[in-house]
Amino acid sequence: MILEVANAGYTYPRGPEIFSNISFSLAEHEVLCILGPNGIGKSTLIRCLANLYRLRSGSIRLLGTEMAVLPQVEIAKKIGYVPQAHEIIFPFSVMEFVLMGRAPHLPAFSSPGREDYKKADQMIDLVGIGKIADKPVNEISGGEYQLAMIARALTQEPAILLLDEPTSHLDFGNQIRVLEIIDQLADSGISVVMSSHFPDHAFLTSNNVAIMQYGSFMAYGLAEEVVTAENLKRTYGVDVSITYSHDVARHVCVPHKAGSCRCGGMEHLQCIGHPSVIASSGR
Amino acid sequence: MTAITKQISEIYLLIRPLLTGKIVSTLLIYGILPILFFLSLFVGRYEVPPSHVVQILAAPLINLLPDQVMHIEPGWTAAEQNVIYLIRLPRVIAAVLVGAGLAIAGAAYQGLFKNPLVSPDILGVSSGAGFGAALAILLSQGSFIIQVSAFCFGILAVTITYLLSRFYRTTPSLILVLSGIIVGAFFTALISLTKYVADPYEKLPAITFWLMGSLASVRYTDILLIAPPLLGAAVVLILIRWRINLLAVGDDEARALGIDTKRMSQVIILCSTLITAGAVCIAGIIGWVGLVVPHLGRMLVGPDYKKLMPVAFLLGASYMLIIDDIARNLTSAEIPLGILTAIIGAPFFAYLLSKRSVGWT
Repeated sequence: MILEVANAGYTYPRGPEIFSNISFSLAEHEVLCILGPNGIGKSTLIRCLANLYRLRSGSIRLLGTEMAVLPQVEIAKKIGYVPQAHEIIFPFSVMEFVLMGRAPHLPAFSSPGREDYKKADQMIDLVGIGKIADKPVNEISGGEYQLAMIARALTQEPAILLLDEPTSHLDFGNQIRVLEIIDQLADSGISVVMSSHFPDHAFLTSNNVAIMQYGSFMAYGLAEEVVTAENLKRTYGVDVSITYSHDVARHVCVPHKAGSCRCGGMEHLQCIGHPSVIASSGR
Repeated sequence: MTAITKQISEIYLLIRPLLTGKIVSTLLIYGILPILFFLSLFVGRYEVPPSHVVQILAAPLINLLPDQVMHIEPGWTAAEQNVIYLIRLPRVIAAVLVGAGLAIAGAAYQGLFKNPLVSPDILGVSSGAGFGAALAILLSQGSFIIQVSAFCFGILAVTITYLLSRFYRTTPSLILVLSGIIVGAFFTALISLTKYVADPYEKLPAITFWLMGSLASVRYTDILLIAPPLLGAAVVLILIRWRINLLAVGDDEARALGIDTKRMSQVIILCSTLITAGAVCIAGIIGWVGLVVPHLGRMLVGPDYKKLMPVAFLLGASYMLIIDDIARNLTSAEIPLGILTAIIGAPFFAYLLSKRSVGWT
């Protein structure tokens, strides 16, 4: 196992408990998708996995070693962290930005050399943003910026990639492109932990899914077993339908529109007594 | 005929890179400092003929050679030699140290605090050093004690700022800046208090002029005193310069990339404080250099600290040389440096902003 998390718990300093008793493990090639409502602690968990926050209880083992005793540089050689997009004040070019991923491999007093430029170039090409390599990072689109951050994490040459909501703020096309790249990376041997707001993304990329709710993993397992109508109802409070689509050869997650589904006002809370359901069933 | 044209085109191909913009600007950036350094030795209120300046400067080197090869007989007066070696040269060296130091300290702070409007005195070093100097003047101390006192109080002010920020334990860089404002305000008040109680005919003007900044009285002993800490700190900042990029992007990301951000900000704060305290104690309080010059550098070479720091060093030194040349030549009386850096720096900064290519958004 590349990453083993046992009974992890985190409490803000002088603040409330965010989560506790989270256990899971991550194998090579595996993509774990963490779902859960806003503010439940998905980002906090991912920060703990990147060793940016220290756990209050439990442990994380990285390639068999307790992460708490590892120096941050060693962790940075194994784990690439892609945070949520934020503003950057100084307009570094995409190339300069991606090069920063070489930091864990360089001694403190040195700067990137020819080899490092080559690696950064490779990763820029891999995520497909070669055309904008010289543009400043604050003049590119949200999708390109997300890809640039992934490229930077990849130049760390990590075994694990942690992505904090890599698809939020992206348009539909860019969401799918980012997920495809994540898929390719998993195929090439990198393990991925990502959080998402879209249950459907779990089917698109992931092997395993965890649903975070009530301060822990409410459900954890294979995507098809975890992303169920019942679990999503409990998590997000909305009705969805999980069906197998032969067109795309996978499960899909489709939200209901209250009052216009086929249950005829019998099955879902929002449908019962909804005017349009009563109107259509009366016909 | 064809052979000649071929040769010409070959020569053109060889020198073409020199004519393209990048190389020209590189030559400008690197060439301007030595030229200014040299020219600054020629100008001053005491008139020394340029030919004498050249001879005075060349004599010690050439007279090292055996007399048969070449020898320069002194054709200048002792006063002229003293002006060049004991007044102008130390002053020019001091201007280079102060300008270069303030510029790279400012650039490093702008990255550390992720804020392009930060200058080297953001953590209170100048106010602290100013108070140290004012106190020593009030107590009728000599110039050596004034300098030491300025240096120590500058470092004391930043230490208080740092400890204060540790006490609050929230967003580190924001609380550091706020603590710096608190400590700066406190020491500024103490400066006012010192002025208020100072003898208005002798000590009050001395304090006021000291605070306005000047390189007029710089001697080699002053340079020997501040050069080691200033240059040592500058070398450290230049060595770690590429990593400042990571801090400028974000603390979390820098840590995720393996940087010990706490240690690194301590190093940057320590180095910038040594530089600024050193600069203040020989030149007084000189604003604007540390704020404006990094932006000028970003306009020329972009925001990457790998290129920015050496350029800021050179431009800061050049800027300070120009300012000091104006200060000692424009009028028959010396113009205080702090006034000039702002009078020239402020409109210049406004112009840079209007160009919208300042290297940040």
